[in-house]
Amino acid sequence: MKPFNIYLTGVGGQGIGLLSEILLRAGDHAGLIVKGVDTHGLAQRGGIVVSRLRFGQGAYSPLIAAGEADLVVALERHEALRGVNTALKDGGTLIYYDTVWQPLEVRLKKAPPVDGQTIALTCRKRRIREIRVYKPDLKDAQMQNIVVLAHIGRHELIPAVSRDHYKAAMDDLMSGAMLSKNLALFEAELA
Amino acid sequence: MKKMGDMLLKQDPFSEIVMGNTALVRAMMESGTRVVAAYPGSPTPEIADAIGAIPRGVRPFYFEFSTNEKVATEIAFGAALNGRLSTVFFKSVGLNVAADTFVQLNHMNIIGGMVVVIGDDPGANSSQNEQDNRHYAHMSYTPVLEPASPAEVYSFYKAAAELSRKMQMPVLLRLTTHVCHAKEKVRFGAWRPQPPDDTPVFNSANGPYIPLTAEVFPMKRRALQRLAEVEAYADQSPLNTFVDHHNPDRGIITMGLPFLSLMDVLQDAENKPDILKLGVVYPLPRERIREFLKSHREVKLLEELDNVMEKEVKLMAFDEKLDTAIIGKKDLEDWIGEYTPDKVSAVIRGTWPDMLPPKSGTAPDSPHVPMRPAQMCPGCGHRSAFHAIKKALPENTITVADIGCHTLGFMPPYQVGEILMCMGASTAMGSGLSIFNTSRKVVAFLGDSTFFHAGLPGIVNAVFNNHPITLILMENGTTAMTGHQDHAASGRNFNDAVERIPVRRVLEGLGVTHIYEVDTYQQSRLTELVKQALNDDAFSVVIAKHPCMLKFTREQRRKPGYQARRVDVDQDVCRRIHECVEKFGCPTFVLEADNRVSVNPDLCIGDGSCRQVCPAEAITAPESA
Repeated sequence: MKPFNIYLTGVGGQGIGLLSEILLRAGDHAGLIVKGVDTHGLAQRGGIVVSRLRFGQGAYSPLIAAGEADLVVALERHEALRGVNTALKDGGTLIYYDTVWQPLEVRLKKAPPVDGQTIALTCRKRRIREIRVYKPDLKDAQMQNIVVLAHIGRHELIPAVSRDHYKAAMDDLMSGAMLSKNLALFEAELA
Repeated sequence: MKKMGDMLLKQDPFSEIVMGNTALVRAMMESGTRVVAAYPGSPTPEIADAIGAIPRGVRPFYFEFSTNEKVATEIAFGAALNGRLSTVFFKSVGLNVAADTFVQLNHMNIIGGMVVVIGDDPGANSSQNEQDNRHYAHMSYTPVLEPASPAEVYSFYKAAAELSRKMQMPVLLRLTTHVCHAKEKVRFGAWRPQPPDDTPVFNSANGPYIPLTAEVFPMKRRALQRLAEVEAYADQSPLNTFVDHHNPDRGIITMGLPFLSLMDVLQDAENKPDILKLGVVYPLPRERIREFLKSHREVKLLEELDNVMEKEVKLMAFDEKLDTAIIGKKDLEDWIGEYTPDKVSAVIRGTWPDMLPPKSGTAPDSPHVPMRPAQMCPGCGHRSAFHAIKKALPENTITVADIGCHTLGFMPPYQVGEILMCMGASTAMGSGLSIFNTSRKVVAFLGDSTFFHAGLPGIVNAVFNNHPITLILMENGTTAMTGHQDHAASGRNFNDAVERIPVRRVLEGLGVTHIYEVDTYQQSRLTELVKQALNDDAFSVVIAKHPCMLKFTREQRRKPGYQARRVDVDQDVCRRIHECVEKFGCPTFVLEADNRVSVNPDLCIGDGSCRQVCPAEAITAPESA
């Protein structure tokens, strides 16, 4: 049995940590053996933040070998393509929130930005299922992670983990107004 | 898990998904640890987050962030001499700071027991080197236990505490970055808090505690004797484990996270080697290793970073006249980087090319993705500072960086801070650069937490030996890079509100006569003051202050009625000069394909510090979003 490997990526400040923790606990609620590891420290200051999760039997290290992720979850367009390039299996799945946090090289005109077509083309070449998520009427950018979570649930991207497991995980980690606000968004996007 | 504090305080056994750093705190509680000290540094600050989650009234031990790692080690040592089981934790290079005290510990009878928890950083994820701190253990005759996972962090700390208390000697618990930060479900035991006996039992008769002249030799002899006893312990220890694949030809000796990488990699192997996984990595379990060598034709030593174990095992094999083929590091690359599954796969392929199946085809040419280095946050006072200071510096100025968020000034577009060494080194390095140098100005940078940590001696030296450089003290009121821990000038310690020790008063007390002070958002004033300071013919300090805006914004967001604010670019006024995006470089500004500049609403915090940099005055006043 090979474990199911999830590679989460985004920019420091986007809420990768919370999304990762919800997925990890949802996996646990689904009865899976779970492991994970996040980036901490200086890299979080506007740099790339990565989290890896491994579900099921046969995972020893919390780290995932290059090209061994079954699912890449990205909260930003450039990081979506980077995740596909470095982590994702051929034939795997990419889900990403299509917002842009312009990297330094682009702002200094040293590199062109990544566009949606490049991602789509790369995915087609490598038989990758591509799911683009974007909610134009979302007020609070800090909740983009929950929108992505809902779409992970809606498309049943993680084997054995169902919507109730995600909700139970959210209930573990949040309370009060924050919980009800996030749950409401999750339910609405799931429908 | 609703609240980490409630979880950690459970008295009955339970299981929970935790980080290695969190598992450590429960192990401290179950072991009866009474005094813990630390200095923040990745990968260890989350240990303090877990400690802070336990309300102080019910926290079963004392904790403080000390001013540096050496002080923290001395706090823990002192407490242990009173009979308290103590612990100190810090990052890899923190041991260099603590070394003067650390190397002495095993010369002492530490009656309460003392565990030194070190967060080594193979892969240099957030450190200036990859130093392998097992070298310090050898130098100081200190036993080392090395866990591979959060569950082992928990059980190995308990073993380290027990060993330390029994032997009255220090024990080093060596964690690495992805052991500290790994998460898994850990099964914890019961915690039965006992009313502590707080009698201060220090007694010089437990010593000697004065290692001078002839006293050094018996103390050193005792340290070596204790180490020999721990070698016998290591041979019996269940912390060393054997993975039996019934392979008389090939075996691997390894430890820590590389063991887990190896287990992942070997899933595809045809004839899996036997594995001896060491938990006690110093002193080595001699008998077990000898048996392992004798029962295999070839043995690979899979060792992250340096060849510390390799030298010892080869020496052992030589002494024992064993004819096992022992394969250590093959080339320089084997010394470099974290032993991730990818790295271990490469090392195994380089050792036994037939063991693993050929790698599947490499991915086709991947389209380029622009680099995304870490950078200063929107609104960061350091950005305003670098933008303003750069204008004051003559072209050939030598700029010296120090450790902290402001280190990031070395990157484009600022490129200020061209040399970086370690905590607090900037002033003295800058002083050295000023000797026999009358043609180039020297400017050093230093953060406020680092000022108290290791910055003071360099400053005293600059005053005392009259080095006429300029130090810019980047004061943001916190230890920002490691997660906003308080320091001596913050007005709080870990536990209480306290009287601030203002950096300016310290500087005055140290005899600095040329001191300037300005908020970094006042850019033209800052430029002016730096010019003045550069013209002083004595050591001068510019305090360039602004509170950490990441911390400030997080605090604001938590307040009821918080209203996000942001600036905008008035497209009718903007002349496409691009000072904001190219020179000031706030990540909020977006360069559009048609050369317009817009504002990323998700990033702007509405601080407005950018408005003064626009020559066209096109950036609008911050308004509610």
